[in-house]
Amino acid sequence: MTFSPELEARFAKLLEIYPPGRTRSAVVPMLLYAQDEVGHISAELVEEVARRCQVKPLQVDEVVGYYSMLHRKPLGKCHVQVCTNISCLILGAEELYEHASKTLGIGNKEVTPDGQFSLEEVECMGACSWAPAIQLNYDFHHHVTPEKLDQLLAEVRKAH
Amino acid sequence: MLYNEPSPLEVKILTKRFGLANSESLDTYLATDGYKAFLKAVEMTPEQIIEEVKASALRGRGGAGFPTGLKWSFVPRTSPKPKYVIINADESEPGTCKDRLLMENDPHQLIEGILIAGRAVDSHKGYIYIRGEYRYLIEAMDRAIAEAYSRGYLGKNIRGTGFDFDLYTHTGAGAYECGEETALLDSIEGKRGIPRMKPPFPAVVGAWQSPTLLSNVETFSAIPAIIRDGGAAFAALGPAKNGGTRLVCLSGHINKPGVYELPVGFNLLRMIYEVGGGMRNGKKLKAVVPGGSSCPLLKADECDISMDFDSLAKAKSMLGSGGTVVLDEDTCMVKFAQRIMKFYAHESCGWCIPCREGTNWLKKTLDRFHSGAGQKSDIPLIGELSKNMLGRTYCALGDAAAMPTISIVEKFPEDFEAHLNGKPCPYEHSTELAMA
Repeated sequence: MTFSPELEARFAKLLEIYPPGRTRSAVVPMLLYAQDEVGHISAELVEEVARRCQVKPLQVDEVVGYYSMLHRKPLGKCHVQVCTNISCLILGAEELYEHASKTLGIGNKEVTPDGQFSLEEVECMGACSWAPAIQLNYDFHHHVTPEKLDQLLAEVRKAH
Repeated sequence: MLYNEPSPLEVKILTKRFGLANSESLDTYLATDGYKAFLKAVEMTPEQIIEEVKASALRGRGGAGFPTGLKWSFVPRTSPKPKYVIINADESEPGTCKDRLLMENDPHQLIEGILIAGRAVDSHKGYIYIRGEYRYLIEAMDRAIAEAYSRGYLGKNIRGTGFDFDLYTHTGAGAYECGEETALLDSIEGKRGIPRMKPPFPAVVGAWQSPTLLSNVETFSAIPAIIRDGGAAFAALGPAKNGGTRLVCLSGHINKPGVYELPVGFNLLRMIYEVGGGMRNGKKLKAVVPGGSSCPLLKADECDISMDFDSLAKAKSMLGSGGTVVLDEDTCMVKFAQRIMKFYAHESCGWCIPCREGTNWLKKTLDRFHSGAGQKSDIPLIGELSKNMLGRTYCALGDAAAMPTISIVEKFPEDFEAHLNGKPCPYEHSTELAMA
């Protein structure tokens, strides 16, 4: 597989920073950074990471099944993650999630037909004092109301 | 920069640079006592450094509260193997959002703490394990690390002291379990995050089979102040055996949620009413999660308590990770227990059967109960299932799921009774009210 020069540089660094003979340590970071670029983790990407880290493809594959940020299917361009854990829950996160689901017309871990949005109910994202919180891809948004969510989604639609 | 308006009741040691212009920059750090503690530590023997940390009465800020100095003394400094310092920045205990601020607002304080730890245990390599969702913080730490290298505060022969140290960030990819120290070690080795049997403890056999010093971001961030101003000064801020300050993450039904640095042993009611501005909409206090979702809850009448490790242990709860979630009278405790269990069932790594099966069974029982299909016999069953997980697993995730659940069933039986016989949840519209 071919990747951008930036990602290749990151891969090269990842293969350097762990102790000698411990390139397996680069598996998870490599998968996540590659997913950011190519969209999801395909069988081909599993083979590629295995080859680069000098481990068996199965050793990469079992990791993909474990970590919740690693996805085998493409997500939307904007992945909407709504935290519904305790601090967010008691300040209206379930209503917020329902609103997102209704507005986007998709359920948990589904993608809109145009591929623009995907939705996920996620666990605590470390924004408890600014609840309820969401992440759009890696960007945090705090004190989110249904109205604010509508605005954020409209901005994303406009940008594309 | 993310931080909240400070409270006049705060004692700002770790957060003293929050709010300064460019607080994340090396120049700001150097202008405010930065790296002085490291230069002092280089003049000290490793034993002296460890003694100073012991004198500070600092206890691990990740949740377990183990005495930090003692932990450092367990690392076999003279071992011929390389030794590693690993920083747990996998902050994911529900209710906790403080390490985020420490890395964003003052990354060099963390780096300096790591360097001092490296000097104390003869380690020359460190890794900051940051949860994958905190991508912007990985980038922020990478920038701070690059700045430290460029000005000679990392790398070979740091500031002419002859001490070498390399520091890297490592991203997680979404797994609460990886905040558990031995699961984190498996994760950084590129595997699924599964806990290891202890002993051996990570101090002796840790990352890549080598001695490893592993602590939370806040714990390392406290080290520069301890070395600079002395362990005794830090210890004096809190009650006996509970040194210093803590970053308390106040959230929930209060007027001024936020992260506040308060002396260990600060009274919980004062936290809520004086620091946190009191209850929202004049509601009554119902319960508090004292230190993250793993802790047994305190009822309103148990909240006149000193927030230190020992007082909370006496009250059969825990100080935990500093995530203090305040619940008002309109909170459905069945719903709350249900959400906590949904979390642990999702995050159980599946290695130990009591936890894997127990959390799922409890989740189903609580789901059924909240929907109104519960039976009276379910109430003791929930407690019994939880107790069957206690102490029967490799790591504390099973306990963490059981303990709050047991406390909710025991302390709020009336909320469970109210859902019996097909009755709809009596609190149904409470969250909508909270949004208004």
